[in-house]
Amino acid sequence: MDDLHQTVLHDLHVDLGARMVPFAGYVMPVQYPLGVMKEHLHCRAAAGLFDVSHMGQVAIRPHSGDIADAARALETLVPVDLLGLGAGRQRYALFTSDAGGILDDLMVANRGDHLFVVVNAACKAGDLAHMRAHLSETCAVDELSDRALLALQGPQAEAALARLVPEVTTLRFMDVIGADTVFGPLILSRSGYTGEDGFEISVPNAAAVDLARALLDDDAVQPIGLGARDSLRLEAGLCLYGNDIDTTTTPIEAALAWAIQKARRPGGPRAGGYPGADVVGAQLTSGAARTRVGLLPEGRAPVRAGAGLFAGTEGGDVIGTVTSGAFGPSLGAPMSMGYVPTGLAGPGTKLFADLRGKRHPVTVAALPFRPATFKR
Amino acid sequence: MKYTEEHEWLRIEDDLVVVGITEHAAEQLGDLVFVELPDEGRMVVKDEEVVVIESVKAASDIMAPVDGEIVEVNGALIDNPALVNEDPTGDGWFFKMKLEDVSVMDDMMDEEAYLKFIG
Repeated sequence: MDDLHQTVLHDLHVDLGARMVPFAGYVMPVQYPLGVMKEHLHCRAAAGLFDVSHMGQVAIRPHSGDIADAARALETLVPVDLLGLGAGRQRYALFTSDAGGILDDLMVANRGDHLFVVVNAACKAGDLAHMRAHLSETCAVDELSDRALLALQGPQAEAALARLVPEVTTLRFMDVIGADTVFGPLILSRSGYTGEDGFEISVPNAAAVDLARALLDDDAVQPIGLGARDSLRLEAGLCLYGNDIDTTTTPIEAALAWAIQKARRPGGPRAGGYPGADVVGAQLTSGAARTRVGLLPEGRAPVRAGAGLFAGTEGGDVIGTVTSGAFGPSLGAPMSMGYVPTGLAGPGTKLFADLRGKRHPVTVAALPFRPATFKR
Repeated sequence: MKYTEEHEWLRIEDDLVVVGITEHAAEQLGDLVFVELPDEGRMVVKDEEVVVIESVKAASDIMAPVDGEIVEVNGALIDNPALVNEDPTGDGWFFKMKLEDVSVMDDMMDEEAYLKFIG
């Protein structure tokens, strides 16, 4: 694992007994001694601390000093209303390709005088090049490589974080604030990737270990690895870039039309104007041939990514593919997501997945599998 | 107790051989979430896939460590696969086999050899 990057929390993970694995060019904790199942349940019952420092943190600063110029510039790359994103608010967004596929999914926050963007680790270099190529005329695109990123998720996340940063109690879901603390200047958002209430905390590298240790001092907080992160996000119906969405899936096929606000849709004041807008706009109007859905397999066996989907018990062509699948510890059952023809996307539709050469019954289910508990 | 390179353990109990996976294997696999057991009475040959297990990470097959008849399976694992993680060499056993000839186990690793094998 010599050629892999380490986050500043690497030695802490090892101290905590983590099993480290390669992930998106980094060596990351997949699980701690608690194990994936208990880590997952702990996060839903109390609070879980995640190191997500491998993700890219980027500041987009308008040369003019006017945040609207940064919003307008970034709107040329995403089908999302950023001019309508108020100061101190955050929004989910997608970089689209000319074909209408998804280059990456990201979070965009309006920090008053600049946009603060968080992108996936595996796409970080490409995203930075993409933004610099298209935004440099109006904006400076700076990777904040001097910052680590922690996520604190779960029903006791607010109480645990408020001991260190009291102002977080004022945040609602998708609010973002800066706070000057003993850990340096933090950027805190009330968001995450688990379906739980919680926070993502951008912290200067130099103070990241101290902040993590201070949070872990709280009995309610346990460190959570990538294994449980995956089952938590899947129960919450959230996409994993590279699995559930990629350059071959459009936002509409991916059932992410909700991320495209009215202002950017056909007929809206700033319709189109992003890569692939012809494809995505047409699908917004007329629908897509296939749709990402939730799938509940019969029994206890998980149906994992790559499994083919079929309409019947025998013969017939593959009609779709599972893109994520795992056992849901809180669900107490296996769960999958995948793409199916839109005509077969209705909840309750019975389909079959290839499971070790057999046609295994699965039922289309509404997402999320488990309702979110955000503080709206 | 005898061990295979597939990280199974075998223990003679009366005239049967009980089979499970080692603590090392259970730890490597992570939390088990699904176990599919063979039918009792099935005749199996060495290296035939007899049990399917799914952990939080991946699916794996458990092979028959020797030729013989599956005479009993641990039905408790169906509803509680976690038994394999909690007590891999006790309550987490998979199946019991009747062997024609238990001397086939003589060449298998003992505990010392297995511990060396897993380093």
